Amino acid sequence: MARSLKKGPYLDQKLVKKVQALNEAKKKQVVKTWARRSTIPPLFVGHTFAVHNGHKFIPVYVAENMVGHKLGEFSPTRLFRGHAGDKKKR
Amino acid sequence: MARIAGVDLPRNKKIEYALPYIYGIGLTFSRKILESTGIDPAIRVNELTEAQILAIRNELSENYSIEGELRGQVSRNIKRLMDINCYRGIRHKKRMPVRGQRTHTNARTRKGRAKPPVKKK
Repeated sequence: MARSLKKGPYLDQKLVKKVQALNEAKKKQVVKTWARRSTIPPLFVGHTFAVHNGHKFIPVYVAENMVGHKLGEFSPTRLFRGHAGDKKKR
Repeated sequence: MARIAGVDLPRNKKIEYALPYIYGIGLTFSRKILESTGIDPAIRVNELTEAQILAIRNELSENYSIEGELRGQVSRNIKRLMDINCYRGIRHKKRMPVRGQRTHTNARTRKGRAKPPVKKK
């Protein structure tokens, strides 16, 4: 079920603060974050985030059309190496 | 006879049930269109007057996206997902189920026909 519109999008407040600080300082810097559940607001566009996937941090450069998605959508948590009997590949 | 939106021409059916032959029009939209144009839904397609056909055409081109236009929209949306490399986009690229369905069994529509398992000896 979709989130209630009344509440607005979920944003990780700590992350928002950090990005605002970066914007004010006109700096671009990779922001390490675990906040996979945070929605990407327009404010984040142009920044790069290192989004944790449970194992390591995946660098995600936020483009304009990513707005409205969650950070976690860009940092896959599963690694598929192929099935046991697959000889062909690699 | 009735040619609405490109090549769609189902005849001998009630107009209410003929409109859904157009891609992007289901029963709900069909009824809505007939209501807003004031056409009796029980009338057969070959009994429609030119004016009524025209009215439907105008209604469709003004308020609905159908056929090629709609198909384009859908594939653009999917392409966007694939371009930004989000989870749903990745699933589309791999031709796997996008909405979290199980893939241990089933998921044959997306994965295609099952390959027989490789038996040992």
